[in-house]
Amino acid sequence: MDAIGLTVLAQQIVLGLLLGGLYGLAAAGLSLVFGVLKVLDVAHGELIMLGGYGTYWLFTLLRLDPFGSLLLVIPGMLVLGVVLYAVLFGFVVRAHEETRVKNSLLVGFGLALALHALAVQLWTADDRSVTTPYSGAVLHVGPLAVPVIRLVSLVIAFALISGLHLLLARWRWGKAIRATAEDWQAALLTGIDVRRAYLLAFAIGTALAGAAGTLVSVGYSISPAIGLEWTLKALIVVVLAGLGSMLGTFAAGLVVGVAEALSAAAFGGPYREVVGLVIFLVVLVARPQGLFGRPSR
Amino acid sequence: MLEIDGLEAAYGDVRVLSGVTLSVRPGEIVALLGPNGAGKSTLLACVAGLVRPRAGRIRWDGEDLRAVPPHLVVERGLAIVPEGRRLFSSMTVEDNLELGAFSPRARAARRESYERVYALFPVLRDRRRQIVRALSGGQQQMVAVGRALMASPRLLMLDEPSLGIAPQLVRAILDALAEINRAGVAVFLVEQNVRAALTLAHRAYILEGGRVAGEGGGAELLRDPHVRRAYLGPLAVGE
Repeated sequence: MDAIGLTVLAQQIVLGLLLGGLYGLAAAGLSLVFGVLKVLDVAHGELIMLGGYGTYWLFTLLRLDPFGSLLLVIPGMLVLGVVLYAVLFGFVVRAHEETRVKNSLLVGFGLALALHALAVQLWTADDRSVTTPYSGAVLHVGPLAVPVIRLVSLVIAFALISGLHLLLARWRWGKAIRATAEDWQAALLTGIDVRRAYLLAFAIGTALAGAAGTLVSVGYSISPAIGLEWTLKALIVVVLAGLGSMLGTFAAGLVVGVAEALSAAAFGGPYREVVGLVIFLVVLVARPQGLFGRPSR
Repeated sequence: MLEIDGLEAAYGDVRVLSGVTLSVRPGEIVALLGPNGAGKSTLLACVAGLVRPRAGRIRWDGEDLRAVPPHLVVERGLAIVPEGRRLFSSMTVEDNLELGAFSPRARAARRESYERVYALFPVLRDRRRQIVRALSGGQQQMVAVGRALMASPRLLMLDEPSLGIAPQLVRAILDALAEINRAGVAVFLVEQNVRAALTLAHRAYILEGGRVAGEGGGAELLRDPHVRRAYLGPLAVGE
């Protein structure tokens, strides 16, 4: 491979890492909800989409800086998470553990369709993105060009994941959430209100989805239809990472981002979507607990 | 303090408990003995609120425990060490103990509770930063007892604490229970190790086929021919 080819490849890897950070953030919320509630929220991508439109609205209507809008989007999505748990998922978790996933799929698909329709009504089906005066800024590192907003997005995604990691490691209720994920009956016996741990985990997962949506709307673009695509990406990352480690989920996001970039470089653009599904299958067959997960007892 | 009256429970059509009546008084050590499948663990699950009884009453200080949400049972002063320990095995010893003191009342007293647990099981102090999964079975059982003690209970209920543990550590666990009891905590012990349980207990109940088939003082049951034949093995009869 000549020098130009190498440079192009390195550039692809950089862009893959930048996108992979968002995959990691998108997956963290899904992983938390699945790990703790044993519920698969297939509307997770739609929650990302809503977060993106939140930022879009705050930017177009109030001229709010998109990164600054996180300060409103995150609490707003936290509240939305509480509401969704109260009216929908709180009923799903009452079901026996084996039937939970099935029920949550139905509820999730219903929610996804409703949110999609709502977004088409409110914002039309057009692609939107948030374009700031600094959107075009590029950082040059040797021969490589790093878009500044995507770099900032990666840093924010990492900061949010680290924050979540600390929350789960140090906070009293963070530990209660982990305990509930591991053994909800034992958690009950120690006096943990398991329903509240479920509520907190779902609300935090929704808020993380919202934050991911904000970053997607700045560095890429959003439309009412992006939900399914992001749910699938997040699911691939969760399967690759395994449950239980948020930093591991972030790392797995980077891996998927780079793998997509490499396969696009090697086989052409259309194949970037295929590699994720290949990863999905290989992990399920070869290491079902994921890279960072523990085999189930 | 704990009064169970006419308790009936079933899993689907399978009846597990059919009219169990027993009680634990303050400061007592009471053992519950019986073969596998007699319903011992189900009885504990009913008290904990994890299994809903078909009929009967469970009273704690006169209050009907069936009306208490499961996570508030421990707040009332009743802590359970479940069968198989059920620790949070990806977390540290200290985190497990801290979660034992999750309820507000226990949380207020958690400094003293840590000291009490570490005094009882000094090895846990050295291992407090270790992940529970890396501990031996006996040490894990110590964590399980310690986690329950962190709730500052007035009654400690244990389901088969000696199961799958090296014999010398069984001794350590049972000695610890005696010491916990000397500090004024009542102990309710479900146990297959009948001789050890009867030596320790003030009183014991024998559960067979979901019914109380016998009760009496610990020493008295140790001499009882039926108990010797059924639970202490043929060699014990001629002792």
